[in-house]
Amino acid sequence: MNLSKDSPLACMPGLMHVQDSERSTGVTDVDPRCRSGDTQTRSGRMVLEMSNISKTFGSVKTLKDVELTVYAGEVHAVMGENGAGKSTLMKILAGAYTADPGGEIRIDGQLVSIDGPLSARKHGISIIYQELALAPNLTVAANIYLGREASHGGVVLKKCMADQCRDVLARIGADFYPDTTVAELSLAQRQLVEIGRALHARSKIIIMDEPTTTLSSREADRLFDLMRQLRDDGVAIIYISHRMAEVYELADHVSVLRDGQYVGTLARKDATPAAIVRMMVGRDLSSLYKKEHKPARDPVPALEVRYISDGIRVRGCSFALHGGEVLGLAGLMGAGRTELAYLICGARTRSSGEMLVAGRRVDFRTPRQSQDAGIAYLTEDRKGLGLFLDMTVSENINLGICGRDAYGGWILNRKRARQRAAQAIDSLLIRVKSARTPVGTLSGGNQQKVLLSRLLETRPKILILDEPTRGVDIGAKSEIYRIVDDLAKAGVAVLVISSELTEVIGMADRVIVMREGEIAGSLGRGNRAITEENIIALATGAGCMPQQGRSN
Amino acid sequence: MNRAIESNGVIKAACARLSLRGFGMLPILVILGVLMQVVTLYVTGEGSFLTSQNMGIVAQQAAINVVLAAGMTFVIITGGIDLSVGSILSAAAMVALIVSLHAGPMAIPAALAAGLVLGLCNGALIAFFGLPPFIVTLGSLTAVRGIARLVGGDATVFNAELPFAFLGNGSLTIIPGVFSVPYLAIIALAVVLVSWFILKRTVLGIHIYAVGGNADAARLSGIRPWAVLLFVYAVSGLLAGLGGAMSAARLYAANGLQLGQSYELDAITAVILGGTSFVGGVGSIWGTLVGALIIAVLSNGLILIGVSDIWQYIIKGLVIIGAVTLDRYRLRENART
Repeated sequence: MNLSKDSPLACMPGLMHVQDSERSTGVTDVDPRCRSGDTQTRSGRMVLEMSNISKTFGSVKTLKDVELTVYAGEVHAVMGENGAGKSTLMKILAGAYTADPGGEIRIDGQLVSIDGPLSARKHGISIIYQELALAPNLTVAANIYLGREASHGGVVLKKCMADQCRDVLARIGADFYPDTTVAELSLAQRQLVEIGRALHARSKIIIMDEPTTTLSSREADRLFDLMRQLRDDGVAIIYISHRMAEVYELADHVSVLRDGQYVGTLARKDATPAAIVRMMVGRDLSSLYKKEHKPARDPVPALEVRYISDGIRVRGCSFALHGGEVLGLAGLMGAGRTELAYLICGARTRSSGEMLVAGRRVDFRTPRQSQDAGIAYLTEDRKGLGLFLDMTVSENINLGICGRDAYGGWILNRKRARQRAAQAIDSLLIRVKSARTPVGTLSGGNQQKVLLSRLLETRPKILILDEPTRGVDIGAKSEIYRIVDDLAKAGVAVLVISSELTEVIGMADRVIVMREGEIAGSLGRGNRAITEENIIALATGAGCMPQQGRSN
Repeated sequence: MNRAIESNGVIKAACARLSLRGFGMLPILVILGVLMQVVTLYVTGEGSFLTSQNMGIVAQQAAINVVLAAGMTFVIITGGIDLSVGSILSAAAMVALIVSLHAGPMAIPAALAAGLVLGLCNGALIAFFGLPPFIVTLGSLTAVRGIARLVGGDATVFNAELPFAFLGNGSLTIIPGVFSVPYLAIIALAVVLVSWFILKRTVLGIHIYAVGGNADAARLSGIRPWAVLLFVYAVSGLLAGLGGAMSAARLYAANGLQLGQSYELDAITAVILGGTSFVGGVGSIWGTLVGALIIAVLSNGLILIGVSDIWQYIIKGLVIIGAVTLDRYRLRENART
């Protein structure tokens, strides 16, 4: 998180090729039918071969005869919608689950049985989970050695561990030390520790489960460089991601799962976004984004923010948001976007500046006050700050509104709650068997829709969406875009915070970009065009060179 | 299609889990009851456990713990703990007896008020100063015990003409000579019903579960966590006050030093046996009722069988650990991950 400030790279234009999705221009659309078996590879040596892998939970078959072949020295992307079985497959490989009998796993041609995390590690497999599995109170060295401490008669050899650690850290280009406590590291740095751990265990196969969801574009770029370097060293990397652009940029092969079944594998030259999406959803997604609303410009903005600061992460930000408009808020991770949203919705107190809602000055001290004024905030941390995972879908949907529906202000109106839940499930296409299902059992996309519908039930006039499609599969993504578009059409003012540039560009009428707590600039509607280059230039400060980009 | 089947399975498992959670360890309660009947039949020659008279005694013995455990359920659902209920019960009982000696009819309100005020003190420290509940109530466990001794001058207070003594020892006759229900049990049941209503049928109840499940999310979604915390500790204190009045009514006497010692542990045990999650966010008052009854059945049955006091402790402890282990095991079977 602190990387953005400290790194000398912050102002270099060389960083501008982030997630370049426009590369598709040079690629020809080749027949996507070719399977792993008949594709040419560079290094050729088959390091992992999984076949007929099935997994049954209770009576539910989550994986059905899945196969996967991975070669040494390649980045192999595994894609699929949420619930397609990617994570289950990886957990089988990592020994967290045991596959049903009948399947085979071969490593370097040898038939192996993986019956626990230790045996996976013994076979040279490491997994880096979405939620990192480090002990934050220990040092980097201790974490890298966790479970394999170098010791002599039970006494830990700290010096020896630190020395070896330094080699590993140098190899991954880490800018921290073996004796740094993990709690002091940023998320990106922690990921490096995990990779270091995998390298130290001499892993042949490293599995990464959505490693970039919590990284800024620049941090992600550094990770990609490291991944390429590891690949060139002969490590096989199995890579799970929802971000098409990344997969497109990195992967040598793309294997696709759908509904627990193996659909096929594409070689790099055939893996066009269109082909991958077709395999993932089984149909063409004609247009992912929908922008049909026509922003009408009221003279009075729905929300106007003037020079607000929190004294720490947000410094003198001003912007106006009109009804019926979708305003994108872009910026690197740590630029203060979420903190700005917190100031607006009253979750943090501002130290200076003023705020106007529909032209009237407001002063929110708690989120409740901002809600009463018609502001709804969708958190970026769905599980940590949004949902109540043990409570039912219906309770989660009604949580914000049940006070207004209640008889005498405090006795629940259960009939109304049932109606609201049924309506929301219906109109937002939430895939759930019953409104009484605990929300924790739903997939990411459906959880996000439940959270969104809680906000919508309060009929907000101003909607702030913080990373609305993080960890959401592509089908649900396009539905969320549709919902946002419909809301804007209905006159709601929408502020979308997103780290996915394509998403910002696809959704927003205007974009403001934050850099280090300040609004670095605004794009669209009379300003420069909304393009990835312009956003990145503003976000990284590459645009601080006055002439650059003005001419676009 | 595959996905439909998958979600179907998950939902079924979840529903099964919920319905079982709702009544906690009812099956274990039933098994224990039958077991006690069989053993008493074997040991004494007659099944003295499952008689209407003994059931009345069990209900009466369980009543005070049910009331304390109901308050504890509120607290534990928010992810907190209240260690001070035994001491508050003792202080409230002292207040009830002292007031009954001077201004008879005011005794019960005075006891309730004492409990409420002490509970509010706990709640205020936790809600406004953000102190950990364990530490706050550990402190008040000791401090309030001192208050209980102080108000009675560290002596046993006795009132042979206690105006509300009928509550402690009388019964409501349902079928004359055959079936009657102790007033204490009626009070406890009423407390359970009111608690159920608050937890499951009011906005406040939803907010209590929400704060316990995810306090940060609760705040962001416009709930006032401080109000919820204040409420649950106030309820716990109030119910401890009620428990004090019930205890005074039963004994005609109270002693600040001895009364209510380690009652908080029985209350916590009942809540845990009831399947309420210590982490917060999950739990039910019916489960707590079943948990409190399990404890009462165990105590009563072991006495009937003639097990010595020392062994009663050992057996009770082991049964509690065993029951929770079983419950965890069963839940894990159902849960997918």
